[in-house]
Amino acid sequence: MTHSLDHLPSAKEVGTYDPATLAHNFSDLHPPLTPRQAIIESQRCLYCYDAPCVEACPSDIDIPSFIRQISDSNINGAAQTILEANILGGSCARVCPTEILCERSCVRNHDTECQPVLIGLLQRHATDHMQFDGHPFKRAASTGRHIAVVGAGPAGLSCAHRLAMLGHQVTIFEAEQKPGGLNEYGIARYKMTDDFARKEVEFLLEIGGIDIQYGQRLGDHLTLDTLRQQYDSVFLGLGLGASRALGLTGEDAPGLMPAVDYIKTLRQSDDLGSLAVAKRCIVIGAGNTAIDMATQMARLGATEVTLVYRRGIESMSATGHEQEIAKANGVRMITWAQPDEILLDNQGRVASMRFAKTADQAGRLTTSGETFEITADAIFTAIGQSFEGESLRDTTAAELARDGERIHVDEMFQTSLPNVYAGGDCVKPGQDLTVQAVQHGKLAAHAIHQALAAKQEAA
Amino acid sequence: MNTTPFTPLSFPGKKNSGDSVVNGVDLSVNFAGIKAPNPFWLASAPPTDKAYNVVRAYEAGWGGVVWKTLGEEPPAVNVSSRYSAHYGKNREVIGFNNIELITDRSLAINLQEITQVKKDWPDRALIVSIMVPCNEEAWAYILPLVEATGADGIELNLGCPHGMPERGMGAAVGQNPDLIEKVTYWCKKHYSKPVIVKLTPNITDIRVGAQAALRGGADAVSLINTINSITSIDLDNMVAKPTVGHQSTHGGYCGSAVKPIAMNMVAEIARDPATPTLPISGIGGISTWRDAAEFIALGSGSVQVCTAAMLNGFRIVEEMKDGLSRWMAEKDYNSIEAFSRKAIPQTTDWKHLDINFKTIAKIDQDLCIECGRCYIACEDTSHQSIAKLTEQDGARRYEVIEEECVGCNLCQITCPVENCITMVPQETGQPFLAWDNDPRNPFRVAS
Repeated sequence: MTHSLDHLPSAKEVGTYDPATLAHNFSDLHPPLTPRQAIIESQRCLYCYDAPCVEACPSDIDIPSFIRQISDSNINGAAQTILEANILGGSCARVCPTEILCERSCVRNHDTECQPVLIGLLQRHATDHMQFDGHPFKRAASTGRHIAVVGAGPAGLSCAHRLAMLGHQVTIFEAEQKPGGLNEYGIARYKMTDDFARKEVEFLLEIGGIDIQYGQRLGDHLTLDTLRQQYDSVFLGLGLGASRALGLTGEDAPGLMPAVDYIKTLRQSDDLGSLAVAKRCIVIGAGNTAIDMATQMARLGATEVTLVYRRGIESMSATGHEQEIAKANGVRMITWAQPDEILLDNQGRVASMRFAKTADQAGRLTTSGETFEITADAIFTAIGQSFEGESLRDTTAAELARDGERIHVDEMFQTSLPNVYAGGDCVKPGQDLTVQAVQHGKLAAHAIHQALAAKQEAA
Repeated sequence: MNTTPFTPLSFPGKKNSGDSVVNGVDLSVNFAGIKAPNPFWLASAPPTDKAYNVVRAYEAGWGGVVWKTLGEEPPAVNVSSRYSAHYGKNREVIGFNNIELITDRSLAINLQEITQVKKDWPDRALIVSIMVPCNEEAWAYILPLVEATGADGIELNLGCPHGMPERGMGAAVGQNPDLIEKVTYWCKKHYSKPVIVKLTPNITDIRVGAQAALRGGADAVSLINTINSITSIDLDNMVAKPTVGHQSTHGGYCGSAVKPIAMNMVAEIARDPATPTLPISGIGGISTWRDAAEFIALGSGSVQVCTAAMLNGFRIVEEMKDGLSRWMAEKDYNSIEAFSRKAIPQTTDWKHLDINFKTIAKIDQDLCIECGRCYIACEDTSHQSIAKLTEQDGARRYEVIEEECVGCNLCQITCPVENCITMVPQETGQPFLAWDNDPRNPFRVAS
């Protein structure tokens, strides 16, 4: 995946960090709470009625209840409360931007204390320490229905688990060789340590009734048309697998690649020292992927990491908390500049990038003509994701109504095609959050279940 | 070059620990003839078991000590595993329980140490707690020995709720008013200095014990002793704590959880027309200067502390003296006596309360953090007097429905923000009316 960087030295050769430090740099960014800390933190929860944090949680977790269970030393009860709303509660505890969701709405933020309850860390505590004798959820009697789920990412897994609970049989078609989607391939390594994504999926599959077929990419040998014919319903949780291009000449030059591809390699690597490191690099973008990329490159040993964004800090989709992480790792941030030209050395490799200064004129981004250059051994693009080329090209898939590029769904997560549902990053109302994908999958499962039940009654 | 002569700084330490004037306020007391530099005494308990501890307590600044209960020879034998706690959620100790007996050291050693300590610390109160079988000979034997130590007085342990009652002592005596009177009488007969009777709370009416003590000639009472208790069960092994081997037994409960019970009992005696001037040494969960001030306001002439010292060490007395004296200075109370019993006139029976008084909750919207606790408490369990509204921006707003509010205080109690909910007395235009005189009372007395 990182052939574009084959000419660059490895982290070991760059030698900024010895192996032990390198390993430490990619261990848990936010260490978990100790049991004692969890108890103390749980006491801070006021057990609000109709709590604002629940309203803020995209997956409707009953936060005051699970925290009260932690404070009563009822860890399994707490975990069950979380998981019945969000079966990927463990990964959400790690990757949710809690600072803009539950923790932002915590009433403890008010003047008297100015410090929310650490809901994310408490959720992690419960899900890390649960010990169930068997899977905590049971399946309803078999409905005899079989549902196809495309994509074993958070949306697809959540949908599959809930469908299995409701008594359906599920087959998941996954393009990659491992389940988990972005949890497995796309989240910064220090946010998801200890092979957690795999362990979480293993736990989820304990419910039974879910079969995953790997290497099955929609649009490849698999078409929506066949799935619709062979299954009672289809749920599309495709995600957005392709990275947007800059649209500049030289974009295929060695030294330039999408950030998600590098992160994927980093996540799967057994040997951090062997990863290619650009001592001086540029990351283009302003989302959490850009931050993850920049920070991880710095932690691998890059000495000059520059993140460039065409608008101001206030428009960045990465949260303030994420920005702080990047800054703490020495990432330089340049705003109001957009890529103008990729400059190559005499061997045709990335040598630097020229940027055009931008300005906001009545909501329109304009360039002044003023430019500057930043020297770099590599450029990583993180300017958004789109559908993988072939995935929605078969005649049936082509019929799917779209909202812009994304798939259009109604409030029941139904697409314009009967029996075809969709959720997660591939649909319009997406905020591109794991927790929201989980909620989409869960709600779509209930919608599918209801539609199938209604059909049965009508028959 | 001239050198400035070095001026030694003076530190208030050991030497000054017995100063009765703190922050310009005189904290000294004369309790039933027993003088002490301050009202903070250590109760008869493990912290006062031997000279070593008592000297450390005096060094720390305690005004007095009630030496752990002496008994007949041979000395008591204690079990291993003696204390247990009732914890708050954050592992703070709310209540404390012990199954220890009276001193397990020989009478001779105790008497010898008491004599020496009193000689070394003449300005501090030293009271000896005693418990011997309920016959005059036993008391007539031990009292002259205690008198010879020079201690300032004795406290009769008629309240110990565990172990000793099974042998006819402690609470077995304290629960029988006739025996209280009889033992007190013997003590006054065979001992010349002040006799304090320590009362057990494990009875139905604390006043009966105090009245009996007074009839027997007691100079004062002290209360409360500990309350029968089981603090917790080990649910894996189905045995209570503290666990002795594979068994347990009830113990005596103390610590801050018992303070409200103790304060009521102190007040009951203080306002009993039968014991209007009987000095009271207040005991029960006193941990801070404020606790002490409250006990004193309800009629205590001195206060005794045990659990707070056991949990934090003797040093807590410094803050107790400092805090109490600063508060007294602020309120212009120049002695403990100046505010002793000050809350008694306002402590009365329910039937004397003003039935026409009305108070209503008021929520300070600027302080409200929108947690909804007041709302759900009132809605589910009280009078449905709080409305839950939603502002245009989605913010919650809770408002008191004044016509429904009975002024119960529940919302104020559940509110996590201090002063956010206040109870505001209403101008009703109606005169004071006690239930005694209320026309709605079928048993009213004509006013």
